[in-house]
Amino acid sequence: MATTVEQPASPERPIGFGRLRRKEDARFIRGQGTYLDDIRLPGMLHGAILRSPFAHAKINSIDTSKALELDGVAAVVTAKDLETLGLAWMPTISYDTQAVLAGDKVRFQGQEVAFVIATDEYVARDALPLIEVDYEPLPVVVDARKALDPDAPLIRDDKPGQVDNLATPTWEAGDEEAADRAFAEADVVVTRDIMYPRCHPAPMETCGMIADFDPKTGQLDIYNGNQAPHVHRTVYAHVAGLPEHMIRIMCNDIGGGFGNKVPVYPGYVCTIAASIVAGAPVKWIEDRSEHLTSTGFARDYNMHASICAKDGRITGLEVDVIADHGAWDSTAQPTKFPAGFFHICSGSYTLDASHVKVKAVYTNKAAGGVAYRCSFRITEAVYMVERMVDALATEMGVDPIELRMRSFIAPEQFPYETTTGWTYDSGNYAETMKVAMEIADYEELRREQAAKKERGELMGIGVAFFTEGVGAGPRKHMDILGMSMNDGADLRVHPSGKAVVSISCQTQGQGHETTFAQIVAEELGIPPEDIEVRHGDTDKSPYGLGTYGSRSTPVSGAAVSLVSRKVRDKARLIAATMLETRPEDLAWEKGRWFVKGDPEQGATIEDIALRAYSGEELPAGMEGGLDAQIVYDPPNLTYPYGAYICVVDIDPETAQVKVRRFIAVDDCGVRINPMIVDGQIHGGLAEGIGIALMELISFDSEGNCLNSSFMDYLIPTAMECPEFELGMTVTPCPHHPLGAKGVGESPNVGSPPAIVNAVIDALRQGYPEVDHIDMPCTPDRVWAAMQGRAEPPQ
Amino acid sequence: MQTPAPCGYERATSVDGALAALAAHGPTARLIAGGHSLLPMMKLRLATPEHLVDINDLDELAYIERDGDVIRIGAMTRHVELQRSALLAEHFALFADAEAVIADPVVRNRGTIGGSLCQADPGEDLSAVCAAIKADVVIRGPAGERVVSMDEFHVGPYVTAVADGEILTEIRVPIRPGAGSAHEKVERRAGDFAIAAASAAVWVGGGTFADVGLALAAAGPITVDVTRVGELLRGQPPGEELFEAAGAIAAEDCMPMADTRGPVDYKRHLVGVLTKRALRRATARALQQEA
Ligand SMILES: Cc1cc2nc3c(=O)[nH]c(=O)nc-3n(C[C@H](O)[C@H](O)[C@H](O)COP(=O)(O)OP(=O)(O)OC[C@H]3O[C@@H](n4cnc5c(N)ncnc54)[C@H](O)[C@@H]3O)c2cc1C
Repeated sequence: MATTVEQPASPERPIGFGRLRRKEDARFIRGQGTYLDDIRLPGMLHGAILRSPFAHAKINSIDTSKALELDGVAAVVTAKDLETLGLAWMPTISYDTQAVLAGDKVRFQGQEVAFVIATDEYVARDALPLIEVDYEPLPVVVDARKALDPDAPLIRDDKPGQVDNLATPTWEAGDEEAADRAFAEADVVVTRDIMYPRCHPAPMETCGMIADFDPKTGQLDIYNGNQAPHVHRTVYAHVAGLPEHMIRIMCNDIGGGFGNKVPVYPGYVCTIAASIVAGAPVKWIEDRSEHLTSTGFARDYNMHASICAKDGRITGLEVDVIADHGAWDSTAQPTKFPAGFFHICSGSYTLDASHVKVKAVYTNKAAGGVAYRCSFRITEAVYMVERMVDALATEMGVDPIELRMRSFIAPEQFPYETTTGWTYDSGNYAETMKVAMEIADYEELRREQAAKKERGELMGIGVAFFTEGVGAGPRKHMDILGMSMNDGADLRVHPSGKAVVSISCQTQGQGHETTFAQIVAEELGIPPEDIEVRHGDTDKSPYGLGTYGSRSTPVSGAAVSLVSRKVRDKARLIAATMLETRPEDLAWEKGRWFVKGDPEQGATIEDIALRAYSGEELPAGMEGGLDAQIVYDPPNLTYPYGAYICVVDIDPETAQVKVRRFIAVDDCGVRINPMIVDGQIHGGLAEGIGIALMELISFDSEGNCLNSSFMDYLIPTAMECPEFELGMTVTPCPHHPLGAKGVGESPNVGSPPAIVNAVIDALRQGYPEVDHIDMPCTPDRVWAAMQGRAEPPQ
Repeated sequence: MQTPAPCGYERATSVDGALAALAAHGPTARLIAGGHSLLPMMKLRLATPEHLVDINDLDELAYIERDGDVIRIGAMTRHVELQRSALLAEHFALFADAEAVIADPVVRNRGTIGGSLCQADPGEDLSAVCAAIKADVVIRGPAGERVVSMDEFHVGPYVTAVADGEILTEIRVPIRPGAGSAHEKVERRAGDFAIAAASAAVWVGGGTFADVGLALAAAGPITVDVTRVGELLRGQPPGEELFEAAGAIAAEDCMPMADTRGPVDYKRHLVGVLTKRALRRATARALQQEA
């Protein structure tokens, strides 16, 4: 059941929830963050990777002799060397295998072929062109829709029994028969081919690592900005047989992750192996081209979808997907969900039935399918369904908001079981949609559009309504590589009443150091500035699965809340002894236990902390100190949602799209720091504009990547972003201790369909036959749509 | 690869010193001005000069000044100076148009007009600007100085009349009465090179076009000087139909190539639109009708 609550305006300096400047900003704004490339260890060697110029080629031989002659080159590692260590191949996070260095053949342009170790980073790179590789080019397949053709070249001939390019067999959700029935009984059916093209998370800091193996002690220190340090440590232990307790991973500051820094990359394995063999620290860091061409891409989903309506309401959805995984299946998602959470695609609506089929293929392209600011394929799902609902509304001749309003899950239907097996926790969708309409002045926008149409101007209004499932996840359903998706938290209140809270997820820019301090502050009344948040160092934080899938607040946030309450409970017992009363006679106000009926009589958390460590009496049988530990297993995902409205203008002559307005009303439950939430939404909306209008990783027919630098892979700037207009509703999550839901990814999930729907709406003002356009909506592609030649990008 | 190959480096303190350094190192030496074209090419190892002669200290080449009926622009004048120059704004508004959409402030603070012209990248805006306004360039070499007109300047893609061992020192633009100019560009995103761009300059006298220059960027293997537009417009009174016809000619005469910015048909279409818009705006400015 949804209850919409007003959040109180926050005080100037909240002790707890409220708008608060981020603690981490001071160092970031001053350029004082410590990123990987800022770290220099004494005696450090440098690595560089030779990459394949071909998308598919047999390797006849590799001659490293000239490179070894270059002054300063210590070693050149190839697959042969790794074979002796059992490290030529490694598992992916999706139980596939991937070459660390190519031995038999290369399978995508940019694949790792050799690893040079040198005394200097420039020497390492100068050595690369001196390595002579004899390649024998093979036929290439880059189009997922052709990967299963009988004449397609076999990419994974390394895998026993693999006879074609099928990466994962068809995976299904929903009820096919029921869906067929819904379609048979429908009044209107609309079918579209919708592509979510390949894009790249492109964090500002590329991937890299420093491995520092100490041969004397056997200790391996790893500096590496990744999104899941504890899992990485386990992977290194399992893959390389290294003792897990002797590995320490330190993330330091991370210049963005966005899902791209979840996987373990070949460069990491090479760096670690190099340090162990050399007995010295080794640093390796990618340049931008290496990053864009070889690390985890996102999306690349070809979706064939049908949607239907009866009696004016959406009733059924069928989707058939071909996923392009590239050369290996290193997609990111919990083990039991090979298509991630794509089957949340029934969206925010009460469908009678739906059916989803996803199969995946190998192509001669870099691997990935990472959850780019996305809870495992929810972005693809939301994009598809929100495009389809719009297409259906057009076909039915009803306003796109009206059709959504008619079909929304009603507040009293929560918790709502969807046709594909999700249990949405809470929501009041119609209300959120209305707030967005009010901010936009929707009726007026439609009037303006009609007036402009008369003058030959192309103005479009696009709507999207999304529901996400974030915060993976319940132990009984979700694991990654066998590790349950639970998070630990560890809170230590020091004698002075100041505290350190250690969390298992870590920030890549989300503001954890502030948000998690505010959670402790809210629960214990300690000012946020007196709470240090430890994260990103496996030696200093409890085990947990990391930051992605908007899971930090839903999982680690709950853990921090509950561990604080544990401390508060212990504090109550101590306070009772201090106040010479019984615990049940005490009441809590923020920061203080006091005697019911005599509020003057009380003990602050500071007093209690001092007492906990002092020589004075404690409750009978109690251990000293004021610490607690917890591991949180979420009972369900949290389901944030939002209503987005986008206004675009298209130049009728040049076909340039300008996003004039963007209204985003998010409901992510209770907001801990509304300022950080706003910041997250701004960032995600900017990314959505990039994805919808300009970002594309594409390949020519030979498999050459055409977007290997920021000159060709365009990311949005402030110039493309309008002043975002944000609104909110607050529907608490019923099972989260704070009522909070995740929000980090919502804007990236919700904005592309709003923008594309707006583009199509604008085009239809002058070109009513346009019924779809695939992203990115670049001027040439929009112009092609005007000519009746809209095609998916290649 | 985004790391340059090893190379030598020296800083010139005078034009003569730079010329001497070029002579000493031969054809494998390259001048470096703002570096915003050369360094990206070196990082990708598309350019591997063995020796760099840095001319950033040559303040003697950084100026925009009027000399009688000529505006002289030193080769080391940065984009940002062209953008802010009141003198250019008064006589050739297309500089400010172009500079507002060339790259971003970081590049504009450093990149130079000399480097832009000598790079001779077909997608580069200032070559079209200088061609439209019928500028001359001054080239100095061991044998002395020569003056070359813009239509002789572009020899081929990335190749100009500046020979090995020579330096471009100055751009000269004649001031003629009744001038108006404009630069129109469509880019995929702020800061990107053009999908296509058109530079127009008109000189109006007695109610008709006395002269017209129209040049295109990103519309062929080199900057495209559409002489047929001038032939069409000269002697005619300004008018919308004329601009449409000029656009059609430019769309026909350009030689764009398909790339990640778009296919040939779209680029031709765009050239037509931008030509029309640039001529319209240039003419309005000439007639001082601009709002
Ligand atoms: C991100 C980015 C975006 C850009 N976008 C645009 C754009 O939209 N439009 C546009 O027009 N340009 C764009 N540019 C290019 C920019 O304008 C460059 O500054 C300019 O092209 C080169 O000027 P420079 O002084 O940096 O030349 P350099 O890179 O230093 O030199 C370029 C070439 O010219 C030679 N050279 C330099 N000066 C002389 C001289 N005086 N005599 C003889 N030879 C000389 C050099 O040897 C070299 O071969 C962009 C550049 C970047 C990095």
